[in-house]
Amino acid sequence: MASASAKKIRPKYLNLPALLFEIRLPVPGWVSILHRISGALLFLPFTAWALYLLDTSLRSERGFEAARGYLQLPLVKLGMLLFIWAFSHHLCAGVRYLFLDLDKGVDLRTARITSWIVIAAGLALTAVFGAKLW
Amino acid sequence: MKRLVVGAHYGLRDWLAQRVTAVFIALYALAAAAVVIDNQPLTYAAWKGIFALGWMRVATLLFAVSLVWHAWVGVRDILMDYVKPDGLRFALQVGVLLVLASYLGWAVQILFR
Repeated sequence: MASASAKKIRPKYLNLPALLFEIRLPVPGWVSILHRISGALLFLPFTAWALYLLDTSLRSERGFEAARGYLQLPLVKLGMLLFIWAFSHHLCAGVRYLFLDLDKGVDLRTARITSWIVIAAGLALTAVFGAKLW
Repeated sequence: MKRLVVGAHYGLRDWLAQRVTAVFIALYALAAAAVVIDNQPLTYAAWKGIFALGWMRVATLLFAVSLVWHAWVGVRDILMDYVKPDGLRFALQVGVLLVLASYLGWAVQILFR
């Protein structure tokens, strides 16, 4: 006990280099924090944005064309890509959590594999639906 | 371990609501994607027609309610984890509720005008 603790310098302070290079978040941790970040983004601004687009596009024929033109702007496309990623990742990670709630895939090996699958599936869905924008 | 059993449902209702709404949101999203893909290339008439269907309006309203409820549980979790001062947390929670209520009002306006 004493020898084990003597090897490491304690207390360990959380400075920027430590956060960037020494402490690495495990893959399930990445899925988790990205689930939060994507969820927060979906709350604001993306839901407001989606409602604005739905409102404009359903208002009139001119509004529909205006929304279509708006979605062709490069910066808007970039924002849309982030929107699609946030939704895709949040959805895939959410499905994984539902399985974890049912005690499926809770062992470390499976949890790591499914984490990689969630990250990959989120990016793949973003690529598929993002491609439709261009 | 001894524990003091006080209070109500220990957050079970919110926990469950978050999951039930999540399933509905996912199903609606898949159905909506299928409908849009089915109507390619999308014209204004087709788009308007989709949201003129009675069941689509009701499903979309349910989707909006689910989304707002789901977002409230999730955002409240985030605020409880990261915002410690009571006053600030309360103010942010009220702000979040106002935003979510506005979303719902806006969605109803779009669907039933």
